[in-house]
Amino acid sequence: MHADHELTAHLDAHPDTAADTATEPAPRPRKPQPRWLGLLVPASLLLLAEAATRAGWLASNLLPAPSEVLATLQQLAQQGLLGHIAASSARVAAGFVLGAGLALLLGAWVGLSPLALALLNPSFQALRAIPSLAWVPLLLLWLGIDEAPKIVLIAIGAFFPIYMGVASGIRDVDRKLVEVARLRGLSRTALAGRVLLPAALPAVLTGLRNGLSLAWMFMVAAELIAASRGLGYLLTDGRETSRADIVLAAIVLLAVLGKLSDSLMVALEARTLHWRDSFGEAPR
Amino acid sequence: MSNALLDLRVHHKAYSGRSVLRHVHLRLAAGEVLSLVGASGCGKSTLLRIAAGLDRDFEGQVLLDGTPLQGPASRDIGYVFQEPRLFPWLSVERNVGFDADRSPDHARVAALLAEVGLSGYEKALPKQLSGGQAQRVAIARALYTRPRLLLLDEPFSALDAFTRIKLQDLVVELARRHGSSLLMVTHEVEEAVLLSDRVLVLEASPGRIARSVEVPLAHPRARGDAALARWRQDVLEALQAVHAL
Repeated sequence: MHADHELTAHLDAHPDTAADTATEPAPRPRKPQPRWLGLLVPASLLLLAEAATRAGWLASNLLPAPSEVLATLQQLAQQGLLGHIAASSARVAAGFVLGAGLALLLGAWVGLSPLALALLNPSFQALRAIPSLAWVPLLLLWLGIDEAPKIVLIAIGAFFPIYMGVASGIRDVDRKLVEVARLRGLSRTALAGRVLLPAALPAVLTGLRNGLSLAWMFMVAAELIAASRGLGYLLTDGRETSRADIVLAAIVLLAVLGKLSDSLMVALEARTLHWRDSFGEAPR
Repeated sequence: MSNALLDLRVHHKAYSGRSVLRHVHLRLAAGEVLSLVGASGCGKSTLLRIAAGLDRDFEGQVLLDGTPLQGPASRDIGYVFQEPRLFPWLSVERNVGFDADRSPDHARVAALLAEVGLSGYEKALPKQLSGGQAQRVAIARALYTRPRLLLLDEPFSALDAFTRIKLQDLVVELARRHGSSLLMVTHEVEEAVLLSDRVLVLEASPGRIARSVEVPLAHPRARGDAALARWRQDVLEALQAVHAL
């Protein structure tokens, strides 16, 4: 009996090392730091810049004081700044919707169908390797200098991160969950709708978030090249008239708008993925 | 034994050129509890996957109640994996009633959750469950379709000792109450002898059944029952004979 017990104890012992942790409480989440901590660095820099220009250490035509930039913003507000913001936002929205729509469709197809993966993925990977700004001359040749080339460029910028997120998100779904679904006899469509897409959702949302920030980036590129309205136009205008304050004002607005749209995306992510069991909060 | 619930014959099963199983014939009567033990790599999990229809790439055939198994989707078979494998975005209720998609039988889910000791957890998400609770949900899910055969692949190995004891008792009791047969892969001789009517000892490379040890003790069995020691000894000797120990 004693001998038996030792033998079985030996049998018991080996496979459980990894398993015992399964029922232990999850590691304590990191203590959240106060939110205002993130304001410390920019606020200090602004104060420093204000002091430096007022004291005359820095040439105010190259680095205008933050108060001066604020005054310029107020002045611009009376001269149709909202129109510029609206023009840029509309371009980003249109390009993002176009790029994201195509990326979701094609990414899902490539993720779900081995045929589409073999057929399309190599081409997309090749196209992805092209620096997107290289499309600009071609788009200008083909589409003129109106809205169309700008929106298409923004769509190209937004397309690839989203496409990658969807396609690889679906490909990377845990085989173990797919097996559970197979045991219940799910059809291909049911498998896609009930298991693959929900499981790929975190990767899809990350792709959408990256795609949106790239859409803002490409909007600026498009407007720098040819535009008569928009924040990119303000940047060019400020440079041509040697008004660093206008350039900085446009940069501040781009930062605010980018951050705002990203926060919306984060909120959407938090709502959609409330079921996720993750370690820390997402970087906002 | 002529009308076996499960009649599984594997003439040959290879995995990337290597023979995993050869000449395995396994019969399981209705209501029987059968355990498979053997060294790791002896193909016992593969055998279970074949029985479930998850693995179709082998020479042989699986008969469930006399008719060949067509695919993995038989509602007569429930499967409990080593890990719970719950869908993290679905509530406990939707996980248990996964077979019925959006319209699970609420009364049935509630009854199953009560049986596994998780009443009131319907709306909880998997992330809110402990490892043992998640495995209970997985067991409830496997029983949802009223399967006649429950396949268990080392279902308790990821649990702490106390939870394991509770779930072992629970599974055998549920199987009796629901009239399901159990086919269980385990690496614990103690567990196999305690729970099973019959223990099959598998030999490795290629996997084949080396010995069948009957445990003719009535259920429920007491964990400390000295009579179990005899069959435990038999199984251990068989394992030693096939160099699994």
